[in-house]
Amino acid sequence: MELEAIISQAQSQIDAAEDAATLDQVRVEYMGKKGKLTDLLKGLGKLSNEERPAAGQKINQAKQVIQQAIGAKGEALHSEEMNRKLAEEAIDVTLPGRVEQPGNLHPVSRTIARIEQFFGELGFAVKTGPEVEDGFHNFDALNIPANHPARADHDTFYFNPDVMLRTQTSGVQIRTMEVEQPPLRIISPGRVYRNDYDQTHTPMFHQVEGLMVDKNVSFTELKGILHDFLHHFFEESLEVRFRPSYFPFTEPSAEVDVMGKNGQWLEVLGCGMVHPNVLKAVNIDPEEYTGFAFGMGVERLTMLRYGVTDLRAFFENDLRFLKQFN
Amino acid sequence: MKFSEKWLREWVNPALNAQQLSEQLSMAGLEVDELAGVAGEFSGVVVGEVVDCGQHPNADKLRVTKINTGDDELLDIVCGAPNCRQGIKVAVAKVGAVLPGDFKIKKAKLRGEPSFGMLCSFSELGISDDHDGIIELPGDAPVGEDIREYLNLDDYSIDVDLTPNRADCLGIRGIAREVGVLNNEDVREPVIEPVQSTIDDKIEINLDAPQACPRYLGRVLKNVDLTAASPLWLTEKLRRSGIRSIDPIVDVTNYVLLELGQPMHAFNLNRIDGNIKVRMAYADESLTLLDESTVELASDTLVIADNHKPLAMAGIFGGLHSGVTTDTTDILLESAFFARDAIMGRARQYGLHTDASHRYERGVDPQLQRDAIERATGLVLSICGGEAGPVVEAVEQDALPASKTVILRQERLSRVLGINIAVAKVTEILTRLGMQVTELEDHWQAEVPSYRFDIAIEEDLIEEVARVYGYNNIPNVAPKASLAMLPASEATINSRVFKSQLTARGYSEAITYSFVDPKVQDALFPDEKGLVLPHPISSDMSVMRVSLWPGLLGAVAYNQKRQQSRVRLFETGLRFVPDAKSESGVCQESVIAGVIAGRRTAESWHGGDEAVDFFDVKGDVEALLAMKAQNGEITFIAQSHSALHPGMSAAILLDGKNIGFVGALHPQFTKMIGVNGSLFLFEIDLTALSQRTLPQAKAISKYPANRRDIAITVKEAVSVGAILSHVEKISVNQLVALNLFDVYKGKGIEPGYKSLALSLILQNPEKTLEEAEIQQAVDTVVKSLESEFGAALRE
Repeated sequence: MELEAIISQAQSQIDAAEDAATLDQVRVEYMGKKGKLTDLLKGLGKLSNEERPAAGQKINQAKQVIQQAIGAKGEALHSEEMNRKLAEEAIDVTLPGRVEQPGNLHPVSRTIARIEQFFGELGFAVKTGPEVEDGFHNFDALNIPANHPARADHDTFYFNPDVMLRTQTSGVQIRTMEVEQPPLRIISPGRVYRNDYDQTHTPMFHQVEGLMVDKNVSFTELKGILHDFLHHFFEESLEVRFRPSYFPFTEPSAEVDVMGKNGQWLEVLGCGMVHPNVLKAVNIDPEEYTGFAFGMGVERLTMLRYGVTDLRAFFENDLRFLKQFN
Repeated sequence: MKFSEKWLREWVNPALNAQQLSEQLSMAGLEVDELAGVAGEFSGVVVGEVVDCGQHPNADKLRVTKINTGDDELLDIVCGAPNCRQGIKVAVAKVGAVLPGDFKIKKAKLRGEPSFGMLCSFSELGISDDHDGIIELPGDAPVGEDIREYLNLDDYSIDVDLTPNRADCLGIRGIAREVGVLNNEDVREPVIEPVQSTIDDKIEINLDAPQACPRYLGRVLKNVDLTAASPLWLTEKLRRSGIRSIDPIVDVTNYVLLELGQPMHAFNLNRIDGNIKVRMAYADESLTLLDESTVELASDTLVIADNHKPLAMAGIFGGLHSGVTTDTTDILLESAFFARDAIMGRARQYGLHTDASHRYERGVDPQLQRDAIERATGLVLSICGGEAGPVVEAVEQDALPASKTVILRQERLSRVLGINIAVAKVTEILTRLGMQVTELEDHWQAEVPSYRFDIAIEEDLIEEVARVYGYNNIPNVAPKASLAMLPASEATINSRVFKSQLTARGYSEAITYSFVDPKVQDALFPDEKGLVLPHPISSDMSVMRVSLWPGLLGAVAYNQKRQQSRVRLFETGLRFVPDAKSESGVCQESVIAGVIAGRRTAESWHGGDEAVDFFDVKGDVEALLAMKAQNGEITFIAQSHSALHPGMSAAILLDGKNIGFVGALHPQFTKMIGVNGSLFLFEIDLTALSQRTLPQAKAISKYPANRRDIAITVKEAVSVGAILSHVEKISVNQLVALNLFDVYKGKGIEPGYKSLALSLILQNPEKTLEEAEIQQAVDTVVKSLESEFGAALRE
């Protein structure tokens, strides 16, 4: 009788406990050194040998019941406490994070990087050269002698008759061939300058020049590489056409047009087989080697690729423009 | 070269419409820039005759006319043109006609008088902007004929942007030959009949510079009437080719220029004193040109002179004194061949560019001059009357371009183009191009016609074959090359790495012009004189940058003016520092530069609204430098810079060598540049950053690291950088890391002093450090700081 009363009393105390400390007090009250059940166990000594096992068993059973109840309650309290804490810590995850918004490359750089990648994978090395250039590298070695009408077409910024801002990156071809022997595969991106400023011309713009010289480089290969490049650059199978043209440093020469979305042909690059005089100017035997060269306007390609309509936007550096190229 | 489509079709008439013809020309390398109708869209306009022309009863400026258009009844038409008069032939828009701009002609009443149509001016028909009066048609214009038919107005002006090598196409004759080749059609060259001389007058010609002028033809024409009007067919052809009618002589020489490609000139015969001498200009000679400007002639300039004076700049521009005017009656016609080398670049030397110089410096057919002078004579006589003397031709055969024979090897053709074209096909193409072709065992031998003076070498023939064969009939083939691997130096850092470091830190890349405003640059860099562009686009783009800062600061100003207050921009590129020892007299250095302004972080709910300061930009610089090297090699030292705040300016040293600057823009420049607030800048030599040392891995210690913090006070003037590098240098070999974690001034610290808190991380690779060893290391540091910097340990 006494035991059952103790269990039931303990049970109600356990149920009433609201925190871990109170629960522990309950444990001590019943099972501590001076606890009620501990006292009962101590009292077993007074019983006869016959009565002792059964009584002991009962007390131990009661102890187990209470222990289990305390354990269960303890877990319940713990998980309650955890839930309360978690609820307290909840935040609005839709608030913006702490971030330094990354900046971006200039769209012209982005285009140059893509061009470098396409040609880099075919083993074209990137070469650069000076922008203040001499007449030999900008004109003479490219088969444009003094007084040649093509010079007048260039609207050159001269510092003096023999020093100028380069009008094309082709000079890098010459500089490369002066020090390296074929086979050669290079591209040279960079700034070029023409004295012209209106809606469709800026006095500075970017070109990527390409050159391949080897034993049997042919016009079919020039066509092939540029055809592939344009398709990969624009990632669509645009109509491409090669139109005969004239550059003093290539022959045969061609301009390459792509069909724009408006149904008009748009000129995107110039190219041709390296003129024998150019090879001779850098002591490469044109009988042994042939080569092709091409040059493309980076701004034009960028405008077509990303829908930029005003050329001048490239050099205003308006952050609202630049940040669109993230 | 602009020309009339109908004119071309007189020579060769392929079954193509104007659009197809233009496309064909473009695809043959004669790029058509523009194809434009020669008149507006209109209909219902016919030739009429003014039968009667009387004053309008109610309006001074109007006339009432009766017009015969070949119908049963005469038309009553009210007209306001001052040149309207009885007897002239006019262009009549009848009721029902539609004029350009969809303007419909209806029956009308003008000030009470009925009007059944309108007499038209050239501008009203969209032919030209001449609206001075109504069109006056020739007296033999057939009444009632549609004006479009009569004036051949269903015609186009075709403007071809010719490349410098195709000067042979600077005339209808050349274009026609090209079209003939492309369509495999014969060209109907008009027969030019020699004009018999009826007088004996002539002038002797001396070729004193035969290399420059190996052929010169002159012909005297007398009693010509220059007040005569050029016929409509001629002025229309000129107009449709972009040339205005001036007087019959100019019109005829222009006509021959356009038709045959031969520039011509006419002199006033009575101003020629003695012979014609074609010679180089003498020193100190000057010439007043037709535009009344006077030029000092250089000795490399070829002139047409008489016995005493220069008359004209050969192949470039006529002289005023010997010029032809309307009262001139006796002239000398010139048709000459000048060598390209004698004309090239000369016009530009004098700031001139004329139709003649344009052709001569690109080349003219050396066999064309006699045809041209006969053609011009015939035309002048038919328009102006008069009599012609005999043609006088002076020629130096040896100096004329020799006829050329060029070899084309079959193997070379295949190798350059990458395809095999059938032998017969090649022969056919070359033959169509006017060459005398001989097929030999493995090559062709082509004799080049005089008008294809651009063809001289084998490549020229390869190009011609490819062009006529059609570039787009040549297949696209991927190039073949040996797969040689390219070297890739791991120690070399691509500039892309620095760029991505900065973009990750919130910078956008700018591209600014390499020429800047000298006002800004000279203020920021008074000691460096940038290269000056003699002919800049504008004065604020007239000097080459010696730093990227002027351009970047301009970009900050641009953005701040557009409400972009938080700016982080960088740029890479060359700066141009004049240096006599460098190639072309300028050192062109690749640098990376940046600028920041505005808030440190974008405005947000996290708070923190401080503006950027020196240590933000320095942190960015340190991030760049970290790509390159261990900290030890790089030092920042306080050093002034003309563009920077004297108290916030540091030189960046790599192994003691200056590789750049970082600092705050000197506030005295903000107004001039047009920027607000504090701006912080850096610029570093990219080449110096581009090489790094490869990692050499060391074993990591298995033993625990120990941290000891010390606080010291030093005088404020002592630089922390010096203290940190000193601690690293002194041989406390257990020191594996050093960190400055606090800088404090104020309460508890004597004025003029600052407190620095340093943490030392000590570790030994081979054992656990004993407390005594640790203390000894710390003591060494403290003692050294005491003696070196007068530091005191704070207890």
